Amino acid sequence: MALTDTAMRQETAASDLAIELRGISKAFGSVQANKDISIRVKRGTIHGIVGENGAGKSTLMSILFGFYSADAGEIYVNGKLTEIPDSLSAIKSGIGMVFQHFKLVDNFTVLENVILGAEDSGLLRPSLARARGLLKDLAREFELNVNPDAKVEDLSVGHQQRVEILKALYREADILILDEPTGVLTPSEADHLFRILKGLKEQGKTIILITHKLREIMDVTDEVSVMRRGEMVATRVTAETNPTELAELMVGRKVLLRVEKTPAKPGAEVLRAEGLRVVDSHGVERLRGVSLDIRAGEILGIAGVAGNGQSELLEVLAGLREAEGQVWLRGEALPMSGAKFGPLSRRKQGIAHVPEDRHRRGLVLNFHAWENTAFGYHHDARFNPSPWRMDNDAIREDTRGKMERFDVRPPDCWLKASGFSGGNQQKIVLAREMERNPEVLLVGQPTRGGDIGAIEFIHQQLINLRDQGTAVLLVSVELDEILALSDRIAVMFDGRIMGERMPDETNAQELGLLMAGME
Amino acid sequence: MDIATIVQVIDSTLRLATPLLFACLAGLISERAGVFDIGLEGKMLIAAFTAAAIAYVSANVWIGVGAAVLASMVLSLVHGVASITFRGNQLIAGVAINFLAAGITVVIAQNWFQLGGRTPSLTGDARMARLQLPFADAVRDVPVLGPVYSGILSGHGLLVYVAFLCVPLTWYMLFRTRLGLRMRAVGENPAAVDTAGISVVGLRYIGVAIGGVLCGLAGAYLATGLSAGFVQEMTAGRGFIALAAMIFAKWRPWHAMGAVLLFGFLEAVANRFQNIEILGVGVPVQAMQALPYVLTVVILAGFVGKAIPPRAVGTPYVKEH
Repeated sequence: MALTDTAMRQETAASDLAIELRGISKAFGSVQANKDISIRVKRGTIHGIVGENGAGKSTLMSILFGFYSADAGEIYVNGKLTEIPDSLSAIKSGIGMVFQHFKLVDNFTVLENVILGAEDSGLLRPSLARARGLLKDLAREFELNVNPDAKVEDLSVGHQQRVEILKALYREADILILDEPTGVLTPSEADHLFRILKGLKEQGKTIILITHKLREIMDVTDEVSVMRRGEMVATRVTAETNPTELAELMVGRKVLLRVEKTPAKPGAEVLRAEGLRVVDSHGVERLRGVSLDIRAGEILGIAGVAGNGQSELLEVLAGLREAEGQVWLRGEALPMSGAKFGPLSRRKQGIAHVPEDRHRRGLVLNFHAWENTAFGYHHDARFNPSPWRMDNDAIREDTRGKMERFDVRPPDCWLKASGFSGGNQQKIVLAREMERNPEVLLVGQPTRGGDIGAIEFIHQQLINLRDQGTAVLLVSVELDEILALSDRIAVMFDGRIMGERMPDETNAQELGLLMAGME
Repeated sequence: MDIATIVQVIDSTLRLATPLLFACLAGLISERAGVFDIGLEGKMLIAAFTAAAIAYVSANVWIGVGAAVLASMVLSLVHGVASITFRGNQLIAGVAINFLAAGITVVIAQNWFQLGGRTPSLTGDARMARLQLPFADAVRDVPVLGPVYSGILSGHGLLVYVAFLCVPLTWYMLFRTRLGLRMRAVGENPAAVDTAGISVVGLRYIGVAIGGVLCGLAGAYLATGLSAGFVQEMTAGRGFIALAAMIFAKWRPWHAMGAVLLFGFLEAVANRFQNIEILGVGVPVQAMQALPYVLTVVILAGFVGKAIPPRAVGTPYVKEH
């Protein structure tokens, strides 16, 4: 009798699991992305998966969604051994996925995107009608309001994400995987998303949330699994753990979640901008009269949701884009257009720029690391002993030094820029721009795509530069980063600065409201 | 200018626009599915040759048309294998097809018929018959209706009607059916289709294959309807004009019809008025015949406003990590 009891309990335990992975391994060439991973996700819970970039989270979920097939291991869905060779089988098993980069057709309507691939019949009309009805129900039930006839490209990022969730629900997904869902959202949009997820959980759906933001894990998940270098290192009940423990599990050593810094000692005003106005090629006003000033030895943080004019502001200051208005450096007016305007002249005047998009503007990915560390400074006399010859050995020697000081891994100056991880690519760009001791450093998204270790290092470097007396303009969509590093915070919305706050007198909620355009 | 001339010009506009319309829709469907098709010209050419040769040998135009469609589809398959399966450069694959067709048609024609790279002239059942629409004779003398119905609409080869019927069919397929939705999606964002669990490769092959069928019909009409036999390079750049019309139409079927009618009209005018005088100055016939090509250049140079192609066209789909 007792035996049957135990057997029965095990039976229920197994059928309580929405997903069970046993011994999943996957290698890409010589890189072992997943090593013998086992995980149990209980039905009707929100299960977080955290880990640094490259820890193998996305690979694991791609295997679960049939994007890749595992080299070894078994997948159980609702207690049943399931083969998932392609996305269609995953969808049929009730698994839906919301990718980090949405898989939507931009110039299709919401309805068309929702039914794509799950149409009821050869003709579209009946499917569209059914989807319209279902969307109405879901909107009522889960706060998933989207205009079904709007084109996706006209929707905000938060609404586009809802379309992805609706797509999964239309396919009757019971298990929803979200890959880094809040990276592109405002704080209030993220809160809305979490309300939706909690609503879905109450309806018995299972949610797997992949993220690197520990605060989200603590807020919404029931259980959390930690991955490190392709391995599953621990699973915890969220209520019984804390961010510090999770961070240590992720990195494998003690980490500082807070940036250590002394109060800033701001000096004289270095950079001043007034009335910057930019109209882009589509006639849209991107900057509507932005004024700011930065003093020596302080970090001015620009917070805001991506696309509210921060990029244009950086470009104007760096000499990449012409604008109305005026910029002064140490009281001297800088040219805003014409022959003397441009990134080269700005650099010579002491304004260094770490671009937001390092792949497009910061690096030439197909070039070696040593070539990349010279860009923008390749006219320097010490690299050009004569007009006819560039001293590549000198550049390489310089690069080796930079790589050592900035802890670039691997320290190989002959490696192509594309061969480094995101964090190390960023260190290469930072080393190039910071080691000139610029008067002003413009830096956009300094830690995008970096792992905890690299973020910690980069933050420390920025603080050090500030303490040496450089004026730093920091643009970041990561509010935590802005709060941790800035000595003053300006919030941008729709091409305007909504207000300035001191970091110790404000909080994420207040800044979030400003970021959403509410004063 | 009398009514009879106008009727004549419009009548010939329809016929001259027919191969352009087939080719234009072929390109449109292929590019909507995300595959550049610069090989329209080559596919038309091989279809024209095949249609003429097989129609002559079999003395049946429809066997010729069927063979033309097959020949064109073989080249489409080559294009598909190169640019979809092996993810090669779609432009280069298309250019290769054009060269291949230009060479192979003449070589085979010379070897087969010994007529200096042409096929014998088609006569009788080997040519496409002109259909008289019902009551065409009865209403011939009715004012307005007579010239329009009997003079312009009636009296074309079957493929002319098929071509214009293909316009609503293409529109319906693209915008009202599941296949169309998926094909448009694969031309805009193949990743969306892939994650929905549908084969990107399969859809693109379907698009290219439909293009092959339509190019086959274009070439077949050119050799058996518009002319009576195949001559070297007889497509004379119509594949590229069709591409220009497709861009002009911004990849929309009804607009494509309008665009090819414009090109057909220019060609018809050039054919009809070979020695025209404007303000007492004689315009050389070459200048008239160059009109469609000049318009092509103008369109491709972007003088007709911004044409945004399907976003994924020309890019082989590779699953990202």
